[in-house]
Formats: sequence, C-alpha cells, structure tokens
Amino acid sequence: MIHAHDIRVRVTAIEEVAPRTKRFRLQAVDSSHLPQFAGGAHITVALGDDDGALRNPYTLSGSPQDRVGYEITVLRAADSRGGSAFLHEQVVLGQEVSISAPINLFPINALGRRHVLLAGGIGITPFMPITEQLIDLSQKFELHYAMRSDGAAPYETLLRSRLGHRLHVYRSDLRERINLESLLEGQPLGTHLYVCGPERLIDGAINAGKALGWPGENIHFERFAGPPPGDPFEVRLAKSSKAIAVGQHQTLLEALERAGVEPPSLCRGGACGQCEIPVIKADGELLHYDHFLSEEARSSGRSIMTCVSRFKGRELVLDF
Amino acid sequence: MPTIPPSLYKSRPVYPGLSWIAGARRHLITADGEGALAVLELLNSADQETRNRAILLYTPGGSKQLGHGAKLAPLLPGACHEFPSIETLLFRLNVELTRANMSTRLYATGTEGFMGQVIALAQGHGVNPLSVKTEHRGSLARRVQCVHCKGFMDGVTTSIVACSHCGISLFVRDHYSRRLGAFQGVIVNAEVAEEIPAAEELYP
Repeated sequence: MIHAHDIRVRVTAIEEVAPRTKRFRLQAVDSSHLPQFAGGAHITVALGDDDGALRNPYTLSGSPQDRVGYEITVLRAADSRGGSAFLHEQVVLGQEVSISAPINLFPINALGRRHVLLAGGIGITPFMPITEQLIDLSQKFELHYAMRSDGAAPYETLLRSRLGHRLHVYRSDLRERINLESLLEGQPLGTHLYVCGPERLIDGAINAGKALGWPGENIHFERFAGPPPGDPFEVRLAKSSKAIAVGQHQTLLEALERAGVEPPSLCRGGACGQCEIPVIKADGELLHYDHFLSEEARSSGRSIMTCVSRFKGRELVLDF
Repeated sequence: MPTIPPSLYKSRPVYPGLSWIAGARRHLITADGEGALAVLELLNSADQETRNRAILLYTPGGSKQLGHGAKLAPLLPGACHEFPSIETLLFRLNVELTRANMSTRLYATGTEGFMGQVIALAQGHGVNPLSVKTEHRGSLARRVQCVHCKGFMDGVTTSIVACSHCGISLFVRDHYSRRLGAFQGVIVNAEVAEEIPAAEELYP
C-alpha cells in the first residue's frame, strides 16, 4: 500500500559495511531536498514486489546535515519476515522505493547535561547521526559499543576517528562485557542514558538504572524487534464494515492499510502507542507483543496495538 | 488542610505525594512550613538505612511558632538543616545539587511557591521536574510573576493583587510557569485601568 505522503526515492548506493550488513543511500526521484531529521529518527520503507505489502521501520544512519540523501544500515536478519531479505537480495542500484517522512521517537534530550550512549551491534545506527549532532552542539557524551568481534558490527573505524577517547568498544569474543552498574554509578546529575540494541542490553540497562535510583525520565531506549509472525486470522471492522484477512507474515496494521483503510501508526515497533485501536469483541486470545500497554490494559482486552500484536481465535471485531 | 483544586490547564503541576525512591543512594529532602509534617510521616515510614541516606533542608516560614524543626532533628541526627528563609535554603540546595550524582533523588514538600522554586533550581541542574517527589502542605498561597514588569510576589492569596513592584492590578491566572516556578499575573482590566473588580480570597 502506497501512502499519500510517501516520498519516492531511488537507491543511489549500496555498500557492505559489515558482514550481512548493508548501507543503502536513498535520494528523491525528483532530486528535491529531503525533509530534515534529527538523530534518532527513522523512516518506514515500503518493501516487496507486491506493491509494498510490508512496511518496515529503519533508523536513519546518515548525517543530519545531508539534505540530498538518506542512509539506512540494514542487518540481514536470520528470521527475516521479508524486509531485510528483500533489501539485501532484491534491491539493486537505481531501483525506486517509497518511504515515509522521518519520525523521531528516540531524540536526544536537549536539556541533558551529559549523554551516555549504549549500542549493541546493529543498534549503533541511531548513534551515527546522534554523535555528529552532539559534537556540533559541544555536548558532553560517551559511546559504549558492544559487538561480537572485530569488524562484526559497522562503523567502528569511522567512530574511532570521530570520537577518539569517547568511544569504548566491548568485544564478546574477548569476553569483554559492559558493566552496566559501574558505568551508571556516579554519573553526574543531569545525565541521560540512551540504549539501542538487543532486548537483554536494554533490559540490563533499565534494571541497572533502577537499582541505582535513576529516574525513568532519564533512560531512553529503542527496541527494534520486528513484528513476530503468527497464524493467519481474520478481523472485522465495525465502522467501515469490512472483513480483512491477516496473513502469516503480515501485521494487522499492514493488512488494514492494504485493505484501503487508513489506521493510525507511527513507530511500527510496538513502542509509541499511536496505532492503538479499541476492541469491540475478541472471541479468542489477543496476542499482545507491544511495549506500550500496561499489564492492566492488556488483560482488560479493550484495545490492540495493530503494528505488532495479533489474534488467535474465532472472531475479532475492532472499533474502526 | 486546604487542598489544591483540579485545574483545566495541562501546564499546572500536580503533587502526588512523598514516597521513598528505591535504589537512591542519597535522598535530598526539602520542605517549608507545614511540609515538615509530610517529612515526619515519610521518615517514620523508613528503616534506619534509608534514613542514613537522607538529608533535610527545612525553612519554617509561616509555621515558625509550631516548632516543627525540633520534631525532625532527632530523626536525622546531623543531617537536618534549618534555614531562616526560602532564599537561604535555595542557596544551600544549589551547592548540594552541584555535588549530586544520578543516584541522588530530590523531594520537595510544603507550599506551591516553595516547591516551584526548588524544582526550577533543580531543572537548571538537568533534573526533570517529573522526577522530583512532591507533596503540597499548608497554604494555597501563590507565587506570582507580573508579566508586565517581571517582578515576583510571594504568598498571594487573592484573585486580584496589585503588583508590589510596578503597581498594576493583576489578575492571578491559573497559568503556571515551571521555568519560573510561578503563576502569571496579567493586568486585570486593560481597557479601563481604573475599573478594578473586587478581589476574592481564593488561595488561603
């Protein structure tokens, strides 16, 4: 499904920046400037031959100063539902794709007095523009970058020359581990922590912060787990009186978009809460995969986050 | 005890009440006037280890005759500091915040004007206002800034007040500035300056 506000772009460069990791440069088909973005922003990319039935979010990893092209850095996921596989194996130089305007759910806190950045593997992507921005703003920061082995994750060399002593690399093949408690302990008042990487890194950082009494307001994270596949199911929309089938590798949100209704959405990762739709009837089990709804809201079964969550059962009716 | 009525304004802070923050290595507690009673309840609910991590900055304000400070001092030996005014307390708080790290957490209780000034000062040190534990106690009196001359007035209890700096009659709005820790006072009748409605005692 192509959206009205989509931007048509052409792939103008593809480069392998680490094993199974490619950087794609995207420039507007009509050569116009692209909308400005700040570090931490992402775009969604319409993927697949099938009229963009899949839409995946990808963090912008290029320079915020670059108005001519966007860059995304994509790891070929082993359990890809088609997004990263399509980008890695099908997309060629010169190909046209549709993207959304940038959305930022992981911005730097402008009032912060010091910034501690924590990346695991491909989770480095938002910190590429963020570190550039922090240098421009003369802000105090440090970047801690965990990876499997030398060269296993992108941009280490570039970051070394850009950041010098502000970069700390941890290699798990050398049994180097980030000690989160000692990293966070004693950080001066006004410090903000930003984490992007695997779930266990994010959870570890949140728990270390809690154990040290850090306020939740100063801990920011971006989870990039893709929406899980599941059994196909059917959904009925009460207001628009439509019955829509959701495929195994398709999200509920994508199925709604494909059916021509325009449901709300923003992050496509179950984090922002924008795509919440009220549930009128659920004769079966709502499979909540988001990070937004509270335990109480989940068990009430009153709403569903369409970008990641699914349904298993006889009948699902949404108030939409 | 007067309680703050709900406001239509989103910018109006709410004060959910004091409770200990788990994990904090240092509890920096500030209070004025009747806020002492909230601190007393808080300290009585704590174990010795938690109390050992607490430091209190207190100014009695209008509650001086009640001697609350004397009740607090034995609970925090060596860590209970009393100040003659909000201004002197804030001077010390500024020093404490300069030395603080992320495991130091801030608490403020008492009048709204006092809490507002504590939060505004902490904001300058990079503290998010939402991460400060707060509880309103005592008078509803407001700290007001005249939007015309920018002068501040403490302890305003009426709907209309003459600015103590420039003399303009001000309507005390529900519009609150977190940066300044004060309500906005705007000329009450800009068309006919001599016609001033009667002031009501809204914030006793």
